[in-house]
Amino acid sequence: MTPVSQLQPGQFGKLASLDPERAVDQRLMALGLLPGMSLKLVRRAPLGDPVAIEFAGQVVSLRQAEADSLLVDVAADCPVQRPRPSP
Amino acid sequence: MSPVREPLVALVGNPNTGKSTLFNALTGLRQRVGNYPGVTVARKSGSCDLGSAGRAELVDLPGLYSLAAASPDEQVVVDALTGRIAGDRRPDAVLLVVDATNLLRNLFLASQVAELGLPMVVVLNQSDVAREQGLSIDVGLLSRRLGGVPVVPASAWKGEGVAEVRRAVAEALALRTPSVRVRWPEPVAEALADLAVALRSDLGATPSDSDVQRVLFDATGTVSARLGWTGPARDASLRTARDKVRRGGYNPYAAEPLAHYAHLRALLEGVVTDGVGGRAASAAVDRLLLHRILGPVLFTGIMLGLFAAVFWLAKFPMGWIQSGVDALRGTVAPLFAGTPMLQSLVSDGVIAGVGAFLAFLPQILILFLFVGVLEDSGYMARAAFIMDRLFSWCGLSGKSFVPLLSGFACAIPGLLSTRTIEDPKARLATAFAVPFMSCSARFPVYALMCSAFIGPAYGPGWESAVMVGMHCVGLLFAVPVAFVLTRVVLRVRPQPFVLELPRYQLPKPRDVLWRMWQNAAEFVSKAGTVIFAITVVVWALSYFPRDPAVAERVRTADPSLSGDALGRRVQAAYVEQSWMGRFGKAVQPVFDPCGFDWKITVGVLASFPAREVIVSTLGVTYSLGEGAEADSTQLRGAMQSARWQEGPRAGAPIFSLAAVLALMVFFALCSQCGATVATLAQETGGWRWAAASFVTMTLLAWLAAAGVYQLVIRLAPHA
Repeated sequence: MTPVSQLQPGQFGKLASLDPERAVDQRLMALGLLPGMSLKLVRRAPLGDPVAIEFAGQVVSLRQAEADSLLVDVAADCPVQRPRPSP
Repeated sequence: MSPVREPLVALVGNPNTGKSTLFNALTGLRQRVGNYPGVTVARKSGSCDLGSAGRAELVDLPGLYSLAAASPDEQVVVDALTGRIAGDRRPDAVLLVVDATNLLRNLFLASQVAELGLPMVVVLNQSDVAREQGLSIDVGLLSRRLGGVPVVPASAWKGEGVAEVRRAVAEALALRTPSVRVRWPEPVAEALADLAVALRSDLGATPSDSDVQRVLFDATGTVSARLGWTGPARDASLRTARDKVRRGGYNPYAAEPLAHYAHLRALLEGVVTDGVGGRAASAAVDRLLLHRILGPVLFTGIMLGLFAAVFWLAKFPMGWIQSGVDALRGTVAPLFAGTPMLQSLVSDGVIAGVGAFLAFLPQILILFLFVGVLEDSGYMARAAFIMDRLFSWCGLSGKSFVPLLSGFACAIPGLLSTRTIEDPKARLATAFAVPFMSCSARFPVYALMCSAFIGPAYGPGWESAVMVGMHCVGLLFAVPVAFVLTRVVLRVRPQPFVLELPRYQLPKPRDVLWRMWQNAAEFVSKAGTVIFAITVVVWALSYFPRDPAVAERVRTADPSLSGDALGRRVQAAYVEQSWMGRFGKAVQPVFDPCGFDWKITVGVLASFPAREVIVSTLGVTYSLGEGAEADSTQLRGAMQSARWQEGPRAGAPIFSLAAVLALMVFFALCSQCGATVATLAQETGGWRWAAASFVTMTLLAWLAAAGVYQLVIRLAPHA
């Protein structure tokens, strides 16, 4: 498992674990980032931090330190989920 | 207001869904802006025509993603929807605006709101964009799946579907169809039932389903405390309930989103059919605007452009306002020729005071216009994304950027825009830093000093450099102050920085202009009254006592004087013996280390309520009359030739390079704005932080000014 913060820009991963007691993770879950969902690290900010991640049809900014504890399974060509029910 | 109370409809939705555009379209700008009691969140409401069903009062609540409130803005939404706001009633229905291009995420809030049991209408806004993206939504099926709740596709931007929304609201108010509700997994449902029983027995009232859910899923304990449920009994009940959820295989803090999203996925099955990638255009723009090198370059360019626009565009209307005010004074003054006291009060106190305040309005309007465009287009979130790194080390976040930037025009809108920051401590630290930004009221002081002393002695290059430098002084001090405040005093936890980077959109001119107007009106009503009152008080302090013997002494001392010159000398003599003048002379030793004489001291003291007063006060004390302006050559000449009359510096120019720089640094840092202090007190919920800000800024200003004066006078004693 890899922390989201260590993904390369453009790389996808499938969310393996987060910490539901953290305020950041609660906000991300409310936005629909739940275990098993794929996400993409879109880019890093020009100064290296924060990072922008894409999931469920939206792009969200996240601090490097906050992205450290989100663990993903890196998948080679896992597409970002569209905002609709998964088949 | 009609005698029969109109139904109250709450407009709720995620940020960036076009909620305010829909609000403007539904109310046709028939709106009222007030404040929720206790917090400074604006309550925007308007009257909405429902056709044959009459009218409804529509209230536009702040945008939010979840009812698990983290910021004051979000808490207001929860309180408003549950009828817990003093003096406000519970809404009769909810108009829920969702972004049709991202139904799943947007319906999470709808699903939470459904738990409140209020009649609901779902507006699929931005349906036109969804269509362009190739998304097709089965509206009828979605409505049936939601249990018969009206679902209306619309594009508020284009004005499509607005009439249908009105009809749907009327229908929802009449039929009161409840929305379908989430099915909780067995252990969660049992825990909720247990908790409801415990709440009822401890509080003596039956809690609503929504309240029980909020209490169970809240990891911080603030929700139960707000309900008045505290103590060991609560802790035991909560522990038992959460253990039950855990034993059932769920994390109590993840159960809510998991249950809602599972419910919504099933609900949307077959409702939305495929579309092509909808964010392609925005992603392309981001590749440019967030590029590692081009991004910061464009960002700097945009911000400098905004700055230049605020300063230079505003010059023209400011000039018109100034000449209008001067003309008014010229017309009104003769009407009171028989009573000099009344004449001075009206002309120098009231009209000049209000005029000086109005002159800042163009800058504020232009700032709000540009900020509105940047916000509605989606660039503001990118600016926060780019800037976050620079703010995070001192405990702030990219969200502090907009308030600080606004502070460069005026601290008041800057303070008002700190409301979007969730963490109360980070919000406080940002509010504390905002008044350090070099607001436009400091500009006339820099302009006067630079054009009178720096420019003539060192050339236009240095003049501009000092102007720019002065604008940075506040920022240089604000960053360490924020650092000490967040790290040592408040001990702010690292703030979560979860910020949506929304799709880029073309701002709708009507919305931007309307918000600009509303913000300006709020500024005028809040700051205007304070400034007006203070102007009159300062006028009185510098007018009284008015012993006729003073004028007589001036006349006999120099019989060659006559006309205007005599009048100005008489006025200066009056100011010198006024309460303000006496106080200035008494206080002058305090400012002596900064190189200020008693006249500057009077100016400094008179400008504590509103710093822009310094220019006209110097005009009076240097006996040039009230109308002196920053570009007045007379004032510049009088100041250039001013000499110390007595003491160790006798004969030396008062406005030496050291004194000029010290005076500008003092103004850059000092808390000289009654309206800002009042707003700060209001935003931080008490006078404690406002007083702390006043003392900190004023002390820093004195220390820095004394430091600059003592340093420069030694390095360049004759400059």
